[in-house]
Amino acid sequence: MTANTATTASIQKCIRPEVFPSTMCPGCGHGILMGAILRAVDELGLDMRRMLFVSGIGCAGWIPSPHFAADTLHTTHGRPVAFATGAALFNPGLNVVVIGGDGDIAAIGGNHLIHAARRDLDMTVICANNQIYGMTGGQVTPTTDIGTITATTPQGNEEPPFDLCKLVEGAGASFVARYSVYHIRPLIRTLKEAFQHRGFAFVEVLSPCPTQWGRRNQFADPVALLERYKTLCVPKDRAEKISAEELAGKVVVGRFR
Amino acid sequence: MPEIAINRDWCKGCYICVNVCPRHVLEIDQESFDHGFHPVVAARPDDCTVCRQCELLCPDLAISVSGEEAAGAPAGEAHVEPLAPAPRPLPQGWATAPSPLPAGRYFLQGDEACAEGAIAAGCNYYAGYPITPASEIMERICARFAVLLGKRVFVQMEDEIASIASCVGAAWAGAKAMTATSGPGISLMLENLGYAIITETPVVIVDVQRAGPSTGQATRPGQGDFMQVRWGAHGDYELIALSPWSVAEMYTETIRAFNLAERFRVPVILLADEGVGHLRENLTIPPEVRIFNRIGPSDREPPFGGRPVPPMPVFGEGHRVLVTGSTHDEWGYRRTSSARVQAELTARLCTKITDSMDEIVESETYLCDDDRLDLLLVSFGFTARSALGAARMAREAGYRVGLFRPRTVWPFPAEALRAVAAKSARVLVAEMNRGQMLREVQRVVPNARGFGKTDGEVIAPDEIWDAAKEYLR
Repeated sequence: MTANTATTASIQKCIRPEVFPSTMCPGCGHGILMGAILRAVDELGLDMRRMLFVSGIGCAGWIPSPHFAADTLHTTHGRPVAFATGAALFNPGLNVVVIGGDGDIAAIGGNHLIHAARRDLDMTVICANNQIYGMTGGQVTPTTDIGTITATTPQGNEEPPFDLCKLVEGAGASFVARYSVYHIRPLIRTLKEAFQHRGFAFVEVLSPCPTQWGRRNQFADPVALLERYKTLCVPKDRAEKISAEELAGKVVVGRFR
Repeated sequence: MPEIAINRDWCKGCYICVNVCPRHVLEIDQESFDHGFHPVVAARPDDCTVCRQCELLCPDLAISVSGEEAAGAPAGEAHVEPLAPAPRPLPQGWATAPSPLPAGRYFLQGDEACAEGAIAAGCNYYAGYPITPASEIMERICARFAVLLGKRVFVQMEDEIASIASCVGAAWAGAKAMTATSGPGISLMLENLGYAIITETPVVIVDVQRAGPSTGQATRPGQGDFMQVRWGAHGDYELIALSPWSVAEMYTETIRAFNLAERFRVPVILLADEGVGHLRENLTIPPEVRIFNRIGPSDREPPFGGRPVPPMPVFGEGHRVLVTGSTHDEWGYRRTSSARVQAELTARLCTKITDSMDEIVESETYLCDDDRLDLLLVSFGFTARSALGAARMAREAGYRVGLFRPRTVWPFPAEALRAVAAKSARVLVAEMNRGQMLREVQRVVPNARGFGKTDGEVIAPDEIWDAAKEYLR
């Protein structure tokens, strides 16, 4: 188990307390991810004045803006990676972190994602993947599993989802990892590694949405939805040892590159 | 004994903490009910092992567990060591800068002169996507950035959306940024043009117009983007668009575009066309140019209000600036439900431009010295060259014909036009579109007529003279 030294008290310096409580729904995984990012920043001793958090439109876009006491660039839908490219290229002294949802990063922003990965730009991109458009009312996304009920797939989703980690790895990223917010300690450790990585670091974070995803799919209880990751996710080392049948329907987590 | 502090004001009652605690330390307090739910209490703090699973998994940063195991945690002190300076355009305000290109006479293409003007103005970030007839600007910038001293970044992006987005990101990181494109690229850039407007980001966008709509005729001239660059982005706003008519003005107006962008914190469009972009002629490069660099905040000044053009912080300076494309207050906090903030923001985005027309709006008159004119021609960009030729033809034929040429096309120089149009009963607008600037002229001179041509060819002087003769008859 990784030693976690950052506490809720110690990360207070990294936030704007006056904007809390956050606007997120009760039990939103994005809030857990928010804490994980701040703990990773704090444990590395990174200076928030040197950090630039770039986000787009959607629930995940509000993780840094306005909660984080750093420079934040809350951009248009799908474009945060492109905006971040300009800032990262012009001032390499900035520690640039992009935070977006699956709609932002994988749907409308998919092109920018693969090209930033191809360029291996020095930035971290965190995709808070809740497999749903939360803010607009629960529509299907490119990462929604087959069969999932959403506002635009009332009979169940028929389109296969992206494997974002494979996509970004194929595009040339030099750091690729996936965890869920339930795997909080490995997630914080991975975020710390990503922030220290020189080059394009992509971290996909499975994040539960009780409101828009859960209520439509028999997981309205935030606790049950969070604990679902316990059985859904298989660590990479174990996934390599088990059969394809056993792996069917599971999500492999770990550091892939 | 471990202390478990629960911030009831931040808690939303998801009860993840209660369920993830392996020692069942936390409980839902069924007796009380506040904030719309039963609060969580630490019923058995003695059993807590300070594993901090509840704290780490709380989505609301509402739980703090302290005990011996957490000792050695970093104190909650902010970083206080001085920051290394972040890059920003210097000096602030007006300055005279030596021309990077040695002074003298040059024979250049319009697109090349635009690139040189940008470099002279201090452009140090360029992001673009290849498109005819603007690509030569990008190629010249790329080649020149490679040999010039000082930090300059050139990047060819994956599309025009990303090009302008990265320019805005770079501008907030302290760059003087530019991108260049043509109509199809402008169509894609409109999204983040709106973002640059609402975030008050200085950025220069060159539109070397070609014949449209859509892909149209990529190598042929047009002036069909006149209205699009003004009204293409959604919402209410003002922006600045300049119209060069020569290779020399591709140089000088690009410098002016940067100065206005920095001065007013607004995207400025250089509305060129294929005619001037691909034209080759002589121009004189001066030994030095006047440039304006954005003003930074002194002490604690709000970056999005307080005065018509607020000072602009730069990322990495320690201002912890909140930049958002949502409606925001003077400090950048989203205020998406406030009628007052929305009204004040949109009003200021417009009045910071419209209250400074004297600094922004420039126009030229030619052959207009007579007390009375038989006909006033109004034209912009490459077409204005032909219109001036037509006016000279008319003069030779004995008619008093003059030309009014807006060099700032947005905001439109209505007052200057009104003054000169008062001399003439007839006003004829010549343009390579089907009457876009005509509508703007008719707001000043309701009976103005138009001569528009959209065949992908430049309008020749004799064509305008023929149209003028018809009107004068």
